[in-house]
Amino acid sequence: MTPVATPFFFYLLSGIAIISAIVMVTKINPVHSALALIVTLLASAGLYMMLYAPFMAGVQIVLYAGGILVMFLFVMMLVNIEQLYLEKMLNRQWMIGLAATTVLALLMMGALVHGAKNLPQHIVNHPEQSNVQEVGMLLYGRETGYYMFPFEIASILLLVAVVGAVVMAKRRV
Amino acid sequence: MLDIGTLHYVLVSAALFLIGMLGVVIRRNVVIIFMSIELMLSAVNLNLLAFSRLYGLHGQVFALFIAADAAAEAAVGLGILIAFFRNRTTVNMDEVDLLKW
Repeated sequence: MTPVATPFFFYLLSGIAIISAIVMVTKINPVHSALALIVTLLASAGLYMMLYAPFMAGVQIVLYAGGILVMFLFVMMLVNIEQLYLEKMLNRQWMIGLAATTVLALLMMGALVHGAKNLPQHIVNHPEQSNVQEVGMLLYGRETGYYMFPFEIASILLLVAVVGAVVMAKRRV
Repeated sequence: MLDIGTLHYVLVSAALFLIGMLGVVIRRNVVIIFMSIELMLSAVNLNLLAFSRLYGLHGQVFALFIAADAAAEAAVGLGILIAFFRNRTTVNMDEVDLLKW
């Protein structure tokens, strides 16, 4: 039993996401691309919300649209935007790249057409009110914490990334 | 009206992934290539969440790990970009040929 407005919001949000993703790839100015990417990420956060994942929707907004995009906008100072309008936008292999992407698209379409009938039809209805608690129990629970060790590995990965970013961006090590 | 199932979400995810891949393979600007990689990771997250609705919450935990990886990748990548810009004064991908013989 899905709500009546679900198809409308699905098509609205996925349309916004796909159109602004195309805008992101085709704009010359990287600042416009970053703004279009923010719109895409916010629309896919809405799609996460429709998939009963409110915690991941919040993480998407805070981390991607709030954190990573701000970092990108800081790096924009390196780009000489007036010069970008003068030089070429695409590299020399763009036709090969387009062909490879088309081949991958056909492959994905074939896989989806052949595999769509194998998808399970029933949908497990997760309670949205306790979503954060259940994800937290999978991460840290005493009996159900299957992902405690991968979580520690992810923290070490983030530590290495912080050290690596500082070492790379420092003027002299 | 047509009911929205997992297949619809997988199709949207595939479309976003392909647009991101197109941005990676045809653009010259490194900043836009990084943004396209973020878009691809986000499309993978959408796919994981769509299947997590069918099979339980493990997909959401995995999507959380992918978000952490995206943050780490963006930090290191932009650090490399700053270091490269200091040496070569360009952000175009096809002028990155220091290791090319």
